[in-house]
Amino acid sequence: MGLEQFKNRNVGQQKYVKLELGQTPETPMGKFSQVLRRTFKPELIIGLWVTMREMINALFKGQMHTVKYPFEKLPISPRYRAIHEMLRLLESGHYRCIGCGLCEKICISNCITMDTRYDENQRKEVSEYTINFGRCIFCGYCAEVCPELAIVHGPRYENASEQRASFSLFEDMLTPIDKLNLQQEYDGFGAVSPNADENIKKTPLAY
Amino acid sequence: MSEVKTVENMVTITIDGKTYHAKEGEYILNAARANDVFIPAICYLTRCSPTLACRLCLVEADGKQVYACNAKVKEGMEITVDTPNILAERRAIMEVYDVNHPLQCGVCDKSGECELQNYTLELAVDSQTYAIPDTKREVKNWSSVLHYDAGLCIVCERCTTVCKDMIGDAAISTTKRGGESLDKAYKETMPKDAYAMWNKLQKSIIAPSNGTDFTDCSDCGECTAVCPVGALTGRDFVYTSNAWELERVPATCAHCSSGCQIYYEKKHTSVSDRSEKIYRVTNEWNYVSLCGAGRYGYDFENRVEGKDEAAFNAAVEALKKAETIRFNSVITNEEALMLQTLKEKLGVKLVNPDARAFQKFLASYSKAAGQSLYSYDFKQVMATDFVISVGAALRNDNPNARYAFNNVQKMNKGAGLYFHPVGDNLVPTFGKNIEVFTHKVGLEEAALYLVLDLFADKEKLPEDVKSYLESFKTTTTKTVKEKVMKDVTETVIDEETGEEKEVTKKVPEMVEKEVTVEKNGLVELLGKESDAFDAEFEKMMKKKERFSMIVGEDLYFHNRAENIAKLIALIEQTTPVRVAMIPPKTNSLGVALICDLDDEVTGYTVGYNENGDFRLSALGDGDLDMPAMNQQEGTLTNMHKRVTPTNAALEYKGYELNDLMKVLVGAPELTVDWTRSLPVEKGFQSAVFDDLPNGYFNDGTENRGYALNNIACDTEAFSVEPIDEKSLLEGEIVYRCNPQRQFNDFSNKAHEIFEAFGLYASPAKAEALGERVEIDFGDRSIVVDVIEDDRMEGDITSLADFKSEEDVYGLFGKSRYRKVTIRKV
Repeated sequence: MGLEQFKNRNVGQQKYVKLELGQTPETPMGKFSQVLRRTFKPELIIGLWVTMREMINALFKGQMHTVKYPFEKLPISPRYRAIHEMLRLLESGHYRCIGCGLCEKICISNCITMDTRYDENQRKEVSEYTINFGRCIFCGYCAEVCPELAIVHGPRYENASEQRASFSLFEDMLTPIDKLNLQQEYDGFGAVSPNADENIKKTPLAY
Repeated sequence: MSEVKTVENMVTITIDGKTYHAKEGEYILNAARANDVFIPAICYLTRCSPTLACRLCLVEADGKQVYACNAKVKEGMEITVDTPNILAERRAIMEVYDVNHPLQCGVCDKSGECELQNYTLELAVDSQTYAIPDTKREVKNWSSVLHYDAGLCIVCERCTTVCKDMIGDAAISTTKRGGESLDKAYKETMPKDAYAMWNKLQKSIIAPSNGTDFTDCSDCGECTAVCPVGALTGRDFVYTSNAWELERVPATCAHCSSGCQIYYEKKHTSVSDRSEKIYRVTNEWNYVSLCGAGRYGYDFENRVEGKDEAAFNAAVEALKKAETIRFNSVITNEEALMLQTLKEKLGVKLVNPDARAFQKFLASYSKAAGQSLYSYDFKQVMATDFVISVGAALRNDNPNARYAFNNVQKMNKGAGLYFHPVGDNLVPTFGKNIEVFTHKVGLEEAALYLVLDLFADKEKLPEDVKSYLESFKTTTTKTVKEKVMKDVTETVIDEETGEEKEVTKKVPEMVEKEVTVEKNGLVELLGKESDAFDAEFEKMMKKKERFSMIVGEDLYFHNRAENIAKLIALIEQTTPVRVAMIPPKTNSLGVALICDLDDEVTGYTVGYNENGDFRLSALGDGDLDMPAMNQQEGTLTNMHKRVTPTNAALEYKGYELNDLMKVLVGAPELTVDWTRSLPVEKGFQSAVFDDLPNGYFNDGTENRGYALNNIACDTEAFSVEPIDEKSLLEGEIVYRCNPQRQFNDFSNKAHEIFEAFGLYASPAKAEALGERVEIDFGDRSIVVDVIEDDRMEGDITSLADFKSEEDVYGLFGKSRYRKVTIRKV
């Protein structure tokens, strides 16, 4: 199922059929005859047939209605908060993080730590960056506060691990440089609102 | 501070309808700040002259627009902080400051402590109306510690102001930026002050004032402290930490006797190393100025793994059999009291050469002056308008004494006399009215007699002193040529009428004249022309009301110290000059007051941060480790006669002196429990350590610890002796003096202090000496590198004493000057 379908699962637009349930018998004789009728009618077989029909449809006619997790996964909302990703600038391929430390500051479970330094290009370089996922509560504050949309929540929600705490380093979360073209822009919590341009006053420029 | 709180010199002013009291003659801005009223201002620094660079402090006083930093309060003045016009000016000024300011707040080292950011928000600048093409501005490293990002600079000139008015180096100044000129149309459309401010801003940028890319200064880093934006930072700190991550530990700087208020700012070392580390030192820069050692010499901590029990037991044994404990003054009052207790209980000798000399000097002074301590502190010196310095290498001995000397010249239109044998070319640049006496070594008494002669009320002087002073005066007759206007009468015939007329004209004529000139032999003895000095001195004395004298270490280590101390007492009794003394090392004053010190080291010696048979050391090289000053709590007695608290910035896992005390003689639980027991009879208070404050009030009043009581004591009748010509030294002389940012082993351990141990010499002398020399003191000699100091002048060289292992104190003995033989190696 694609994201479009997923979003358009609006049950209200489908056709409903009202079941003919008949009258509830009132006399003792009527009740008795209903019991007899229901007992000897082959509804059990009808039910089994429905199951059989659906199985055949699913297996051989490609009309499967369930998701084959873990081989198949449902798309999740961009607002879902799973394991973090570090994004790169699309043009230069340089990582977006400027080392401002706001994520470290805002983190309510104190699981982000970073070291920065003055590099050879007179820029602030992030020399170390780590998130302790054993402590992270996936609140999304880091992604919301990030001024560069550098740290975002990705869709990787399977974070069961053999150890209680697992640390992640900057490189682990960073978009691999060879997969830069596959990097998705983040739409989730903290992303720029669609009408952001209307909300800012433009600064005059003399050049 | 007490005399200004009197009712007479307070005036009543009204700010925004509310009545306040302010000191007479104070700037409106300072008066408002003292009363907790907020007036926006960026460029003003409390103890420096107003620069009028930002113009934000515009207020309306009695209906006229004035700059609050530059206008003084008057009785009954009515001040309005905000008027519609002023608000428009301020908003335009902040918009201008934001023009082309790089939007790199995310990485900027100011990290939210930015005044530009604060005022932009305060004045609600949410849009920009002005624009100008940007100029390329380079990032530069001015020195081994200073980092300047011109792009972020808003040219508020606070750095240049503090460097000139407080520090005295004047190492940086505004220079041409080469920016485009403003669009003419702005002149009509913009508020007036905002336009003027922008016009100036667009033309200037900060650069080293010597025209090179590097500053020639003492690397105090005060410019980085006052910078309101992230333009000026310490090189080592750039991009290493955000301000909010750092935990501030209020403390007292432990390098010199100034005992400045500082904050150690610490956080974990890195992602993988969670042990804490000090990242930088900051200060309340409006009220206190640090030196390079205080600001950059912070990482001298002694990291130990844990308690070394074997070493501890050895230390207990060593102290039990010790005959002498040798220590220096980088020690808290509490520790000094512990050592004194050991002396009382175990009978050990306490030897500390710097504090001993000062203790003797202070004792001689108190006996003559009738008070336990000197009269002035250095805050009071700063408030005077005539300052004299005797026996202190002002540039090297104590930064805050030098700042006070300089500040008097700059802020109080002051004058100064500087007596010192070692030539210095920085001191004369502090002001126009400074006379520098580079006298011969040993003539400090003559300097004091000259002060007596110049300032004393002759009626009060004892007869013998009066006649002694007179004996230096000689009168000679001198022929001087003088221009005299002479009346010449001529008879002139009027051309039109033909009448004869008598016309009187004035014609200049040179006349030789005999004048009697009084020559002062003292001035000549100290190496200056008597006539020239007299004329100069008369100029210096104009409009001077308050006089102070700074007295330094040379006098304590003088073979005539006792007579000198008496002379100083006599100066205080007979002249309006008040004296402030510079204790030689960090806590020399505290040690001198608390401990009974001995002169000679005998027998088995335990050294505390000093040489000895058994060494307790905070330097990490001793037999038992001790906590360094940034790892322990306690109090220090500084030269402002104040007992100030210091706190532990970093964890210390080993044993401290109090643990030894517990085993040896019994002691309270904590080191700071001793604070209560400091000797009240010496001027200390029985105060609880945790109750001691460490800060400043808004009006600049120091609220740190407590002031020592200056206890009146019995005076003895005393007489001063004449100058002892025998103490005069001539020939090859070495002076015991540290380079500017070095004070002790601890400053030397810090990684941002680069001044090396060696023999400092003026450029000419350094060239003559070569690279490495052997200095022969007679009984011993030392081989050292020669280091050029371009601020020094003359032939006297300075040997640093900050390395205790070199035992420079031992080499020099009881004097700061020694006649030596220097050989090239």
